[in-house]
Amino acid sequence: MHRLLLTLLLLLTSVTVLAAAKIPTSLPKLFDHYAADSAQPFDAERGKALWLKQNPAEDGKMRDCTTCHGDALDQSGKHIKTGKVVDPMAPSVNKERYTDLKKVEKWFKRNCKWTFGRECTAQEKGDILKYLSLH
Amino acid sequence: MNMVRMGSGLLLLMLVGVAGIASADDGFYSWLLTLDRKGEIAPLVNETYKEECGSCHFPYQPGLLPSGSWKKLLSPSALEDHFGENAELDEDVRLQLLAVLEKSAAETSYYKRSRKIMASLKDATPLRITEVPYIQRAHHEVPARLIKKNDKVKSLSYCDACHQKADKGIYDDDTVSIPGHGAWTW
Repeated sequence: MHRLLLTLLLLLTSVTVLAAAKIPTSLPKLFDHYAADSAQPFDAERGKALWLKQNPAEDGKMRDCTTCHGDALDQSGKHIKTGKVVDPMAPSVNKERYTDLKKVEKWFKRNCKWTFGRECTAQEKGDILKYLSLH
Repeated sequence: MNMVRMGSGLLLLMLVGVAGIASADDGFYSWLLTLDRKGEIAPLVNETYKEECGSCHFPYQPGLLPSGSWKKLLSPSALEDHFGENAELDEDVRLQLLAVLEKSAAETSYYKRSRKIMASLKDATPLRITEVPYIQRAHHEVPARLIKKNDKVKSLSYCDACHQKADKGIYDDDTVSIPGHGAWTW
């Protein structure tokens, strides 16, 4: 009986840890990941255009990625509303970037919806990453 | 002398007994009788909560709101529009965080400030900590120029702007330092 309880407890703990666990990745792996669902090779110019594309928000103002990430990719940005510091996107200065698939996917989902009002396609994610990876 | 020793022994026994009964249940009488009385608010221990919520804002302790509030805040649709931000979570993470919050929500806590929060709320389950009557009352005398009109604070929502030990769950007056103003004295 005790063993059963212990097993259950162990199982529960491992599930809890798994829920928050990161999925290690890298830029080459991410490109492979998104390429599977993309029609064209990734293009930094298209990515840049998306990064800078102005979109009307509910509050009547225009939004683009730089609204919170800032104009210089190798410098920190600041969240327009909360004031939270957003670490640089450039992998050359921020080694933490693009090392966790869960994190990359979470923020693509949230930020594409917040900025463009919809989720991004695999093609768009790959293009944006291509642009960011050059910095 | 012997009588005194016996008396104190008996008293100790009674107290231990009472504490044992109290922890069995969470009602008012158990709170009244428990020895498990704590100041301030239970500090936050969950790393996932710190990472997922604290990456955007101060990780508010679960004991600052009742479970009814957390349940509303962490519904999938509420997270999609989290005070104007998209804070969507993967379902496994969402359920994990909800469990953490419900387990340590204000009504489950013996910590002083959680008790005061519950007493002031009655049955209300607000979405904002700043709407809790006790929290409003506690800041009532702090003028707007020190919070809202203070560029370095901006809103009552930024607990840790002034409460220097907020991350440890300590909100005592003595630990307050208002940016551009200094210590708070009544």
